[in-house]
Amino acid sequence: MRYLPLTPDDRSAMLGSIGVKSIDDLFVDVPAAAQLAGPIAGLPMHASELAVERHMAALARKNLTAGEAPFFLGCGAYKHHVPASVDHIIQRGEFLTAYTPYQPEIAQGTLQMLFEFQTQVARLTGCDVANASMYDGSTACWEAIVMARRITKRGKAILSDGLHPHYVSVARTMAKFTGDVLDLSLPTLVPETDAERLLGAIDGETSCVVVQYPDILGRIGDLSEIAARAHEKGALLIAVVTEPVALGALKSPGEMGADIVVGEGQSIGVGLQFGGPYVGLFACQEKFVRQMPGRLCGETVDAEGKRGFVLTLSTREQHIRREKATSNICTNSGLCALAFSIHMTLLGERGLRDLAALNHGLAVDAAERLAAVPGVELVNDSFFNEFTLRLSKEARPVVRDLADKGILAGVSLGRLYPDGEGRENGLVVAVTETSTHEDVDALCAGLKEVLA
Amino acid sequence: MSRYFTEDHEWIDVDGEVGTVGITDYAQSQLGDIVFVEVPDEGKAMAKGDDAAVVESVKAASDVYSPVSGTVVEGNAALGDDPSLVNSSPEEDGWFFKLTLSDTGELDGLMDEAAYQAFVDKL
Repeated sequence: MRYLPLTPDDRSAMLGSIGVKSIDDLFVDVPAAAQLAGPIAGLPMHASELAVERHMAALARKNLTAGEAPFFLGCGAYKHHVPASVDHIIQRGEFLTAYTPYQPEIAQGTLQMLFEFQTQVARLTGCDVANASMYDGSTACWEAIVMARRITKRGKAILSDGLHPHYVSVARTMAKFTGDVLDLSLPTLVPETDAERLLGAIDGETSCVVVQYPDILGRIGDLSEIAARAHEKGALLIAVVTEPVALGALKSPGEMGADIVVGEGQSIGVGLQFGGPYVGLFACQEKFVRQMPGRLCGETVDAEGKRGFVLTLSTREQHIRREKATSNICTNSGLCALAFSIHMTLLGERGLRDLAALNHGLAVDAAERLAAVPGVELVNDSFFNEFTLRLSKEARPVVRDLADKGILAGVSLGRLYPDGEGRENGLVVAVTETSTHEDVDALCAGLKEVLA
Repeated sequence: MSRYFTEDHEWIDVDGEVGTVGITDYAQSQLGDIVFVEVPDEGKAMAKGDDAAVVESVKAASDVYSPVSGTVVEGNAALGDDPSLVNSSPEEDGWFFKLTLSDTGELDGLMDEAAYQAFVDKL
C-alpha cells in the first residue's frame, strides 16, 4: 500500500462528517494558555542537512564521553571492553531478525541463541532456570518481588539498604499500585552490609528479602545466613547482581541459597550506550518456574526426532492467561541478550574467570593508591571491582571539578542520596579492565589537588 | 451419593456435607494432554463460581470454578506428580479438590447426569 497524504477536500469531508469545521476545533479542550500561538521564538524553521550535521556535531563535542577520559563510573552500569567481533556477529542476518521472532518454524537461530543465553545466565547465577531476559535490572528486580508475593501469598518485602536506589525507586513506584509494603533503609558508609538489620526484620509476613551482591557501595556479604533465616520463616531470598562480571570470581547467589537471582546484564556484551537499552537477567530455582515472568525457550524434538527450540510454559504469559499472567512482559531484550550471549561465549568460563580476576586485581591496586591520597579513606573491607571512598569534603562538587579537568572520577553518593547524613562525602569508584595505571595516576593526582 | 454437573464442565459428587470436584470427561477430551494442574490449598474459602483451580494442557490454560460455596478440605496432591490422571481418569482418580459445602441448596441449580449429557450433545 502506498502512503498517500490526504487532500484538503478529504480533510474537510472527514471533519464535516464528525461535525467540526477545522482541525483546531479538535483541540478546544486544551486551555488557550497551554496552546502555542505561533513558531517558537529563536528556533530556526529550516536548515540544510549539512548545516544541521555541523550544528549537532558541535553540540556533541561538548560531551566528555566514557572512552575519552579516565573513567571510574559504575553503580549499575559498567564500562568493559566489548570485542569488535561481538558487534560483527550480532549483525549477521541469522540473528538480526524482525521484532518478536519467536515462531519456531522460522526462527530456530534466535530461539537456540535464547536457549544458550538462558543456560549461561542460569550457570552464572547458580540457579536451575533462567528466562530469555527482561528489560533491565531494575524491572527484573521488581518482577522478582511480585513473583515472591505470588509464591508466598504475602505482601511485605524487605529491601537491603545496599540495593541500588534506582531499583528501589522502581519498586516504590510499582508498589504504589500493587499495595506491597516495602521495608526500606538507607546505607551508611561502613564496611559491613546491613545483614543484621535484614535478619532481625524477617518475620512470618515477609514475602522476600532483596539483597544486592556486590551492593551499591561495592560491599560483598555472605547471603547464606539470610537465605536460611528467610526460608525458616517461609520467605524467599532475592539476590540482585548489577555487575555480572563479579560472578566470574564470587560464589554465586544460587549456591548460597537465593531463590531468585536477577540482575543487569549490560556489563557483558552491551556498551554503556548513554544508559540503555540494557538487558535484565532473571533466574530462579526450578520449583518456582511456573511463577517466573517472561519468555522462556526450551529444547525439544520435532516430529522427525530432530533437536529444536520452542517457547515453553507460555501459559504463564499474557497472550494465553490474559490478566492472570505472571507479568505484562511478553517480550525480551533480544538484541542485548544476543550480545551478552556472544560475548560470554567468546570469553568462555576460563575467559570470564580471567576477566574477573583482572578487574579485581586492578581495583585492589587502585583502592590502595587512592586510599594513600590525603583526605581519602577507603570504606570497604571487601569489594570486587567497585568500592566506596569517604572524601574529606562533599563528593559531588569534587566530581564536577575533576570532570572539568577531564577525569570522570566516579559516582558521588550525594547524587544517589540527596539527603546527606554523611553519605554526601561518599564517592563510588569502579575499576575495570579498561582502566589503565595512568588513569589511576590521573585520578590520584586530581583528587590530591581538589581535596588540598 | 449424588453427582451434579455445571455448564463449565465441572462435576461434583456430594456425600453429606463434603463435595468432591473434578472436570468432566468431555472437558478433558477438549483440552487434550494435560501437563499441569494447580489445586487449591486446604482451608481456602470459596464462593460459588470462584476460581478454584487451574488446568493446563498442551493447547490451553483454563480455570476451574467452584460449583458451590464452601471451604476446601483437600486438594488432590496426586495431580502434582501426574497431571495426566485428569486425562486417564477425569471423573474418578483425577478429581481436583474436596470441600465442605456451606449451602447445599446451591446444588439445586446444577444439572444431573442426563441434563449434562443433553447439554454436551448440543455443543
